[in-house]
Amino acid sequence: MFSHVPLLGWLLGAAIAVSLEHFLGTSLALALGLPKIPVLFGFVIMLKKPVLIPGAILYVLLIYFLSIGVTARLSASPANRLAAKLLSLPPWFSVAVHLGLLYATLHMWSGMSAYRVITLKLTLIAVMVTLSLNVINGYMGEFSCSHPGFMALGAYGASVFTVVLFVNDRLFGPSLLPAALAPFMFPVALIVGGMVAALGALAIAIPSFKTRGDYLAIISLAFMFIVKSMIENLEVVGGPRGLSSQPDCANLPTVFLWTVACVWIINNFVRSTLGKALNAVRDEETAASAMTVNTRRTKMVAFLFGAFWAGVAGGLFAHVLRYVNPSTFGIQKLAEVLAMVYFGGLNSVYGSIVGAVGLSLLSEALRPLEILKWIIIPLLLILLMIFRPTGLIAFKEFNVKNLIAPKQKREEEM
Amino acid sequence: MVFFFQNLVNALQWGSFYALIALGYSMVYGILMLFNFAHGDIFMVGAYIGFGVATGLVALASMGALALPTWLILVLTIIITMFLTSLVGMMVERVAYRPLREAPRASAAITGLMVGIILETGNLALLGARRVRFPTLIESTTYDIGGVFVTNKKIMIVVVSLLLMLALDQFVRRTKWGMAMRAMAFDYAIVPLMGVPINTIAALTFAVGSGLAAAAGILFGVAYPVLDPYMGIVFGWKAFVAAILGGRGSILGATLAGFLLGFIEIFVAMIFPSTLRDLIAYSIILLILTFRPHGFFGEPYSARLRL
Repeated sequence: MFSHVPLLGWLLGAAIAVSLEHFLGTSLALALGLPKIPVLFGFVIMLKKPVLIPGAILYVLLIYFLSIGVTARLSASPANRLAAKLLSLPPWFSVAVHLGLLYATLHMWSGMSAYRVITLKLTLIAVMVTLSLNVINGYMGEFSCSHPGFMALGAYGASVFTVVLFVNDRLFGPSLLPAALAPFMFPVALIVGGMVAALGALAIAIPSFKTRGDYLAIISLAFMFIVKSMIENLEVVGGPRGLSSQPDCANLPTVFLWTVACVWIINNFVRSTLGKALNAVRDEETAASAMTVNTRRTKMVAFLFGAFWAGVAGGLFAHVLRYVNPSTFGIQKLAEVLAMVYFGGLNSVYGSIVGAVGLSLLSEALRPLEILKWIIIPLLLILLMIFRPTGLIAFKEFNVKNLIAPKQKREEEM
Repeated sequence: MVFFFQNLVNALQWGSFYALIALGYSMVYGILMLFNFAHGDIFMVGAYIGFGVATGLVALASMGALALPTWLILVLTIIITMFLTSLVGMMVERVAYRPLREAPRASAAITGLMVGIILETGNLALLGARRVRFPTLIESTTYDIGGVFVTNKKIMIVVVSLLLMLALDQFVRRTKWGMAMRAMAFDYAIVPLMGVPINTIAALTFAVGSGLAAAAGILFGVAYPVLDPYMGIVFGWKAFVAAILGGRGSILGATLAGFLLGFIEIFVAMIFPSTLRDLIAYSIILLILTFRPHGFFGEPYSARLRL
């Protein structure tokens, strides 16, 4: 029934559902006996007040499922025609239309409450971190534990850059440039953060020439602890108290654009010759070397590249929260990121997106359960690992052309 | 000089916790090629079970139900707790590792991490966030040996740890079970063909490792009586690093690396500000691994290692 709805149709449905919620949400919620619009698809409110479960389910069914379903079904043939027409134009145009629609949907959805905005931003950042870790752990097959360290380097690198330049700060003195310039220099700050992280990654990339697997895992783990401890001891950046008052640059469009750039670049990277060389090194290093793959260069590039994106994500993270603290980037973060990568699926851009979005939303949705949440989520992951040891969607290529083509397999973009 | 010896005593005590926990990691790693990331939390569970058993026994003794001297209570606590925690370890193996025997090793590492989180949270849910106090089982006496102050607790901790390590060494070297473990560490694929039940040996490995962690937990409770559900994280990860530093599956290596880590931490805190402890300790480890990537007593990387 829905098999011939193109992605464009689903996006259209989502956009309509969200605008419906925008205009009718409050009155419908009141009519169903809910205090306000269910903030996260009704999960939070259902777990908080079980009495409201029927209302919340009805709300979600009416607003999301019904309108998306009806729109997708009805618009299937025009959407297909539109998608076909778009496909005949340059591909970037079609992609831009899809992304524009997706962004409009997300913007409207998150416009309803500040909680949705922050959840969405953190989810997008989680997508970036998961993808960049998947480059190392999935595509290259190492077990790197250093990603929180890279994130910390990026977060502090970018924060120091922006705070020194644009903020009158207790630690760094008066600003060097007018604060109005901050949004324009923000990409530079993120790139600086990424570079700092990549520089740190040299500490792991170089030992990785000689050793693999378990010992590299320990080296990367030690690296993570060293970074955390080093920042805690650097009084210049606030030490264990953390660094605050970053300029408010990371608004939703910025985070969205960086995430899109990250997905696009990493997807192209892993499908390039260099990306295939990563798989070759993972599967059999000696054979790869015999097939003229420069294993050292490959490893170096993979580590620096993964670390760069983790650093960018860390920079965004610091500017979204406008506060960073070294204890954020510890074992807990490591467990979270590893769980997202292995939940979603190794060696797969799809998998990383699904894993990061799925686990982020799940952990937000189960928040009312408080402590039980940290029993339910690990149990789910253990079961998943037992039944699908490589993750939900492993070893699957992310093909944009197939995705946006008319009459392709359905893909719900909610 | 007196100052040095004083810190040496402290380092010996601190190192024996690391060494006891590292042994459990090292055995599982050497025999099953698994990172048992839940092991630090098994140490925590051991400490809590020890707390429960000790409190129960002390209560029984004070009611006059059984007249036991306190040292006997301590010995009984250690034995009962080691047994109970071994059961926990075997359960963890059965639930989280055995179904993943054929899966990529990284997946098993993830389940281990998750089991660890479940153990921490389960404890928090059962007992609440308040910290519990380990009952005092031996009265502290301080001896002055040429200016160095040594408590009887410290001596007890180091001696019990060394005894357990010796027992483990004898067990692995002299018994049939130990021989099966060594065979499994040597070649995992061929051992079942020789009629060795892998599942039993795997469970036994977890049981022995968890028992040692439980002993470490009780000794820790005796020295530092305040327990909290997250105590396993710090110790677990450091002991894990020590186990790898010692070399794959090497009992001597894990012991030495555990003590070494204790020494580094205590002496760094002695010379530098104590906030630099982790930084310097891990930097030294990084340096050692750069020059000896396979640890003290491990074999170099071979094709057999797959991840």
